[in-house]
Amino acid sequence: MSGVQFLHDVLVLGVPFSVALLLAALGENFNQRAGVFNLGCEGIMSMGAFLAFLPPWLARSGGHSTFATLAGLALALGIGALLGLLFGLVTVTFKAPQGIAGIGLQMLGWGVAGTIARHYVGGVTGVEGIPNWNVPFLSDIPFIGTVLFRHSPLVYLAFALVPASWWLLFRTPWGLRVRAAGTQPRAADSMGVNVQRTRYQALALGGAMAGLGGAYLSLCQAKMFADDLVAGRGFIAVALVYFGRWSPFGIMGGALLFSLAQALQLAIQVAGIKFPYELAVMLPYVMVIVVLSLAGKSRMLGPTALGKPFDREMRV
Amino acid sequence: MSGAANRRFGIAYTAGVVVLASLAAAAAGALVLLAIGASPWATYVTILTGPLQDGFGVSEILLRTVPLTLVALGIAVSFRSGILNIGAEGQIQIGILGFTAVALFLPHLPRELLLPLALVAGALGGAVWAGIAGVLRSKMGVNEILSTVMLNYIAAQIYTFLLRGPLIDPDEMISGSGTPQSMRLTKSVWLDRLFTGNRLHTGLVLALVLAFLTWLVLWRTTFGYRLRAAGAEAKAARYAGIHVERSLVAAMVIAGGFAGLAGAVEVAGVHHRAIEAISGGYGFAGIVVALFGGLHPAGIVPAAVFFGLLLVGADMTQRSAGVPANMVLVLQGVIILAIVSARMVIANPYAKQRALDAARRWGFFRDEKATEGGT
Repeated sequence: MSGVQFLHDVLVLGVPFSVALLLAALGENFNQRAGVFNLGCEGIMSMGAFLAFLPPWLARSGGHSTFATLAGLALALGIGALLGLLFGLVTVTFKAPQGIAGIGLQMLGWGVAGTIARHYVGGVTGVEGIPNWNVPFLSDIPFIGTVLFRHSPLVYLAFALVPASWWLLFRTPWGLRVRAAGTQPRAADSMGVNVQRTRYQALALGGAMAGLGGAYLSLCQAKMFADDLVAGRGFIAVALVYFGRWSPFGIMGGALLFSLAQALQLAIQVAGIKFPYELAVMLPYVMVIVVLSLAGKSRMLGPTALGKPFDREMRV
Repeated sequence: MSGAANRRFGIAYTAGVVVLASLAAAAAGALVLLAIGASPWATYVTILTGPLQDGFGVSEILLRTVPLTLVALGIAVSFRSGILNIGAEGQIQIGILGFTAVALFLPHLPRELLLPLALVAGALGGAVWAGIAGVLRSKMGVNEILSTVMLNYIAAQIYTFLLRGPLIDPDEMISGSGTPQSMRLTKSVWLDRLFTGNRLHTGLVLALVLAFLTWLVLWRTTFGYRLRAAGAEAKAARYAGIHVERSLVAAMVIAGGFAGLAGAVEVAGVHHRAIEAISGGYGFAGIVVALFGGLHPAGIVPAAVFFGLLLVGADMTQRSAGVPANMVLVLQGVIILAIVSARMVIANPYAKQRALDAARRWGFFRDEKATEGGT
C-alpha cells in the first residue's frame, strides 16, 4: 500500500470519527463558557443516542424511514436540552457541586438509556441510519473529495457549527452574556445580565448539542445502539474543551487529533501490524490524560468562574 | 426569632427538603419504570423487601456491604480532602490484579504470610493507580475527575488484556473455551466463611474495623485533621502551613488503597479467582454510598447495607419482573442528584429564609417574637 493511499484511508476514517466528539465538545464549551462544568455530557449522549435510534428502530419495517430519522434527531435534541435544564436546576438553582452532580447525571442518562433499551430492544440491533450525502462537484475532487465531502449530512453540520459557535460566542450579545456569566458573574449581574437564566440557556443549548452528538453515534457512526455505545466520549469531549482552550476552533483541532489517532490505530491493525487489541482501545484515554497534563495549569482565556455557583444575594 | 422556634423551623425545613428530595428521586425512578411498563410500586416493594424474606437474602446483602463499605470509606476520605475520586472502579480492578498476582506467584507461602501479603498487594495496586491521578492533580493541575474516569477505561483494558493473556487459566487454553479468568487461587488466600450455607465471609469484619479506623484517623489525628482542613478550605489550610498538595495525593492514595482492597477482598472472599465482570459497578455505587452516608464512617456502614439491599433487590426484580438491572444505575443517578441538591438547599440560609417567609405567609409557622430578616 502506498503512503498516500494509507494517509487517505486514515483521513477517510478519522474525519467522521471526530463528529460525535466535536458536537458534544462544542456544546460543553457553551456550558463551560457560562461557568458550568457539565460532566453529565456522557449521560446526555447516551440518552440522545438511544432516543435518536428508537423511532427508526420502531419504524424499521414501516417504510417511513426519513420521517422516523428526523423524529429521532428531534428527540435527541429535545432530551439533550431537557437534561441540560435538569442539570441547571441542580447546579444553578440548587447550587450543588457540579463535578459530583455531573456524575449523577451521567449515571442517570446511562442507566435510563440502558434500562429502556434492554427492555424494548433487547440485544444489539441495527438501523439503516442516515445515508451519506455526497456534496455535488466537491465530492469528485480526488483525495479531498472522498476525505471531506462524502459523509453523512451531520458531519457537514458539525463542522459548520464550529464557526457558528465562534460567531455566537464572540459576535453576538448573547455570547457576550454567556462569557460574562462564566468569567465575572457578579459584574455581569450588576450590568443587568440575568446570570442564572443565561446559564440555563447555555446548558439547554449545550445539552441539545451533546444529544445530537449521541444521535450521530447511533444513526451515522455505529448505526445501532448498545449500552456502552458512548464509551466515555462524553468525558473525552469535556477534556477536549480544556485542550481547545475554550475556543471552538481549538476544540475542532483536538477532536480531529483524537479521531485521527484512533483511525491510525485501526488502519495499522487493518494493515496487519499486530499489537494487543486492548492496548489499542486504551490509547485515546491515555491521550486524554497526556493532553490534560500538557494543557496544565494555565487558565488563560478560560472562564474564571468555571465551576462556581452564583448567588446574587451572597456577599463576597 | 427565638432560639427554640428557630430550631423548630430548622428541623422542619431540613425534614421537608429531605422528604421532597426523596420523593423527587422516587418519582424519577417511577417514570422510568412506567416507561418500561413495570409497576413502580410493585418494583420498589420487591427491591426493598424481596431480599429480606430469608436469611440467605440478608447474607447476600451483607456480602455486598463489604466492597461497598470499603470503596465508600476511601471515597469519603478523598471527598473530605477536596479531591473527587471517580476512579474506584479501575482501582478495584488493579487491586484484583495485585492480589491475584501475589497469590499466583507465591502459592507456597504459609497462609499467615500469604493472605496479608496478597491483600496488601491489592491495596497497593489500587493506591498506585489512584496516586497517578493525585500526582497529576497536584503537580500538573489535571482535573482529577477526568483523569480518574480515563484511568477507569485504561484499567478495564489492562484487566481484560491480562485475563485474556498472561494471567489466563491454563485449563481455559486446554479446553479451548478461553473464558477470560485466572486459575483458581490457592486455598490459603481464601477468606473464611462466617456461616455455613451462605457466602458471607470475614471481609465483613475487616470492613467494619476499617470503618472505625477511618473515623479514628480522620477525626482523632493531626494527619486526618490536615486532610479535612485541606478539603474544607484549601486557602486557609495553606496559610496555616498545611501542605495542601501533599494532602491531596495522600487522600487519593488512601482512597485507591481502599478500592484496591475491596477488589482483593471480593476475590479472596467470593470468587477465589480473578474473573472478568467482577466489580459489578461497586466503584460507582460506592460514590453514592459515601454521599448517602454523609461522608462519615458511621453513616457509610448503614448506607452500604441499604445499597447492598438495592443491588440484591434489583437482581431479584430482573429475575422476577424482568426489570433490567440497569435500573440500579438510574436509582443511583437520581439519588446522587437528589442528595447533592438537598444538601445545598439545606445549607443555603437564603433559601431557608425564603421558606420561612413563605411558611409565615401561609400561616404554617407562627412566631410571636419574630424579628426582621434574622436567621
